[in-house]
Amino acid sequence: MLKTFRIGGVHPKENKMSASAPIEVMEHPKRAVVPVSQHLGVPATALVKKGDFVKTGQMIAKGEAFISANVHSPFTGKVFRVEETLDSTGFRRMAIIIDVEPDNWMEGIDLSSDLKREIDLSPEEIVKKIHESGIVGMGGATFPTHVKYMVPEGKKVEYLIINGVECEPYLTSDHRLMLEKGEEMMIGIAILMKGLKVNKCIIGVENNKPDAIAHLKDIASKYQGISVEALKVQYPQGGEKQLIDAVLRRQVPAGKLPLDVGCVVNNVGTCFAVYEAVQKNKPLIERIVTVTGKPVKKPSNFMVRIGTPVDMLLAKAEADVEASGKIINGGPMMGKALVTTDVPVTKGTSGILLMAKAESNRNEEQNCIRCSKCTTVCPQGLEPHLLKILGKRMDAEACEVERIMDCIECGSCVYTCPAQIPLLDYIRIGKAKTGAMIRNRSRK
Amino acid sequence: MSLLVVSGSPHVHGDLSTKKIMWGVVYAMIPALLVSFYFFGMGAVKVVLVSVVASLFFEWVITKYLLKQKPQISDGSALITGILLAFNVPSNLPVWIIIMGALVAIGIGKMSFGGLGKNPFNPALVGRVFLLISFPVQMTSWPTPIPMFKAPMLDAITGPTPLGVVKEGLRNGESMETVMSQVPDYVNLLLGNNAGSLGEVSALALLLGGLYMLFRKIITWHIPFSYLATVLIFSGILWLVDPNAYVNPLFHLVTGGMMLGIFFMATDMVTSPMTPVGQIIFGVGVGLLTIIIRVWAAYPEGVSFAILIMNAAVPLLNKIKPKRFGEIVKA
Repeated sequence: MLKTFRIGGVHPKENKMSASAPIEVMEHPKRAVVPVSQHLGVPATALVKKGDFVKTGQMIAKGEAFISANVHSPFTGKVFRVEETLDSTGFRRMAIIIDVEPDNWMEGIDLSSDLKREIDLSPEEIVKKIHESGIVGMGGATFPTHVKYMVPEGKKVEYLIINGVECEPYLTSDHRLMLEKGEEMMIGIAILMKGLKVNKCIIGVENNKPDAIAHLKDIASKYQGISVEALKVQYPQGGEKQLIDAVLRRQVPAGKLPLDVGCVVNNVGTCFAVYEAVQKNKPLIERIVTVTGKPVKKPSNFMVRIGTPVDMLLAKAEADVEASGKIINGGPMMGKALVTTDVPVTKGTSGILLMAKAESNRNEEQNCIRCSKCTTVCPQGLEPHLLKILGKRMDAEACEVERIMDCIECGSCVYTCPAQIPLLDYIRIGKAKTGAMIRNRSRK
Repeated sequence: MSLLVVSGSPHVHGDLSTKKIMWGVVYAMIPALLVSFYFFGMGAVKVVLVSVVASLFFEWVITKYLLKQKPQISDGSALITGILLAFNVPSNLPVWIIIMGALVAIGIGKMSFGGLGKNPFNPALVGRVFLLISFPVQMTSWPTPIPMFKAPMLDAITGPTPLGVVKEGLRNGESMETVMSQVPDYVNLLLGNNAGSLGEVSALALLLGGLYMLFRKIITWHIPFSYLATVLIFSGILWLVDPNAYVNPLFHLVTGGMMLGIFFMATDMVTSPMTPVGQIIFGVGVGLLTIIIRVWAAYPEGVSFAILIMNAAVPLLNKIKPKRFGEIVKA
C-alpha cells in the first residue's frame, strides 16, 4: 500500500488541466515590477534608484537580516521608479520598476543548456551561493533556503526530503519541472545533499504523476542515496510536516522544525533553482507558473521571469477574465485571491488559477451540526469547530490551550464542512490574536 | 473588468452538505418504513404522515414566528425527527397524541435550544419519552402485526412486545423456557413480524439502513460498534452466569428499539460526542445503561432512556481531545 501521512486529510478533485502542457517560455514585458519582499521574513533593501541601469542577473536588493533574501534583476533596463505598488497579496509593498530592454546578462552567468554534473564547490560555498542567489522555497511558502542550511550546533541532519508532491489541485508547475528538468533538478539535489552533508535523500511524489515518478526513478538510479517514493494522493501532503510523516513515519512535534527530527525539506523547484545558481551562476530570476482554470482556453505552464505582469500570462493562456469571478495566486486550497491582475509574478507564484463565476462565491453558511468531520480531516489533529468558536470570541488563552498555533491553514476543514462554515476565517483571527499574545509574553 | 471576488482560502468546497447527510439518513430509513407499512398497514402510514407533517409544520412556524429566521425545513432534519418519532410509537396511536409528540420533539427538544445543531438531546427521543410518560396506556398498546394483503385490517388486536413478555414472565417467576416459547422466533424478530413500535420491529431492515449509512460515511463505526459490542458482551456475561434468569444476548439485539437506537438514535451527530474516543465511551455507556434498564429497571425497554442519559454526558465527553499531530513520535 502507498504511504501517506497518518492523521486526517482530504482528496479534492485534482483538475490537473495543464498537466500535459509543456513549459513555454514567456515573452518579456515592457515594464517589470520587482518587489523587494518576495520571501518570508524581512524585506530586502533596494540597491538601485530611479534612473539606474541594471543588467539581467544583477543584484538590485540585498537581504540583510538573518531571515531575508536577495533580489536580482530579471531584466536589463532602466529603473523607472522605486515605489510602493500593489503586490499579489493585496498589500502595497516596495518594488523596483524596470523599463525592459533586450537582455544584457551579467558577466559569469552560463547561459548554455549543457548539463554540468561535477559539483566543484565545498559545502560552505554551496550555502553561500544559495544565499547570494536569492533562493527561496519555490513551493509557495518562500522561506529563504539558505537559512535551512545553516544547521545549528548539536542538530544532526539525516535526510534531505524533496517535495514533489504538488498536492494542490490544478497546479502542475512542479509536475512539468520534474518531467522536463529532471536531470538538472537531480543535480540540484546532489548539491543540496553535499551542502547539508547528508547521504540520504527521499523525493516524495504523489501517485497521480506516474510519468514523473518513473522519470525520476530512472535518473535517481544513477545517484547514490537518492530514492523516489510514490505517495497516495492525499491533501495536504505537501505540508512539510505531513510529507516527513508520510515518507519517514516521523512526526515533527508542535512548535518544532523538521530539523528536530533530522530532516530538511525542499521543493523540487528550489532544487532546480539551486542547480542554476551553483552550476550556472544564475540567480533566481525566473520560475515556472501554471495558468489554469475552467475559464482558461489553453491551460499552460510558463517559464516566466520574475516581475512579469500576471495580465500577460492570462493573455497568452487565452484566459477569459470576464467569465471568471475569482482569480487566485496559487492553488484553490491555500492560494490567495487577487484583487487585480495588474500584479507581478514573484518567486512564490506557483500558479494563477481562474475560477468560473459560478464557483467563485462561497455557499451560504448554516448551523454547525456537530458532525465533527472537520476534526476527522484535520491533518494536525485539531478541532476546527472549537477553534472557530474560540477564534470568533478572540479568546487567545483558550485558543493557545487548544493548540491553534499548530494550524497549518490547509483548509481541509472548510473544504469538508457540510454546513459550509468558513472555519478558517475565524481560526486565522484566533491565530493572529494568539500569536500577538505569545510574542508579547516573550518580550516581557 | 468586472470586480473580482476576494475571500480567504480555501476556494473550493467538497460536495458534502447538511442536506445530503440528512437525506442520506432519510434514505436509510426507507427499508424500516416499508416493513412498517407492510405489517401495520394504513395505521403506520397514518402515524408516519401525521408525525412528519406535524414536525415540519412546528419547525416552520417556530423558526419563522418565534425565532424570526428563515425556515430551513428543506434541510431534512425535521423530516428525520418526524419519521424517527413515528418509528418510536405504536401504529394505532391517536392523531392528537402524535401531534403533541411532534410539538414536544421539535418545540422543546430542538427549537427551544436554538434549532438545528444546538439541541443537547435527541429530539425524537425527547418526544417519545414525553409521550411514554404522559400517555402510558396508549403508548404501550401494541397492535399485533398483520402482513398486508393477508387479512382484513384490524386495529383492535393488541399485545405486548417480546421484551414486555419476557420482563413480565420472568417477574412472575415463569421459567425461561416458558417465557421464550411465548415470543416470536428469531426469523420473525429479524423480519419485523412482532408487536412493537412501528419502526422498531424489523432488526434486519434497520441493519440494512445502518450499513447504508456506514457505506455512505454518514455515520462512523465508533458508536454503533461500541454500543453493539457492549450489549452483546454485557448481556452475554449475564446469560452465561445464569441462562435461566437472563435472556440470551442475541434476543436483546433483535428486540425493542435496539437496532433503531444503535444505528439511528445514538449516532445522531448533533447529540453524540465529536472525537472517536468520546464516541466509543458514549457507545459503551449507552450499551451498559440499556441492558441495566432492560434487566433490572421497571421498564421493559431502555434504549431511549439510555441514549438520553448519555446525551447529557456529551459535553463532558467532548473534553477528550483527538490525537494531535506530533504525539505519535515513533511508527
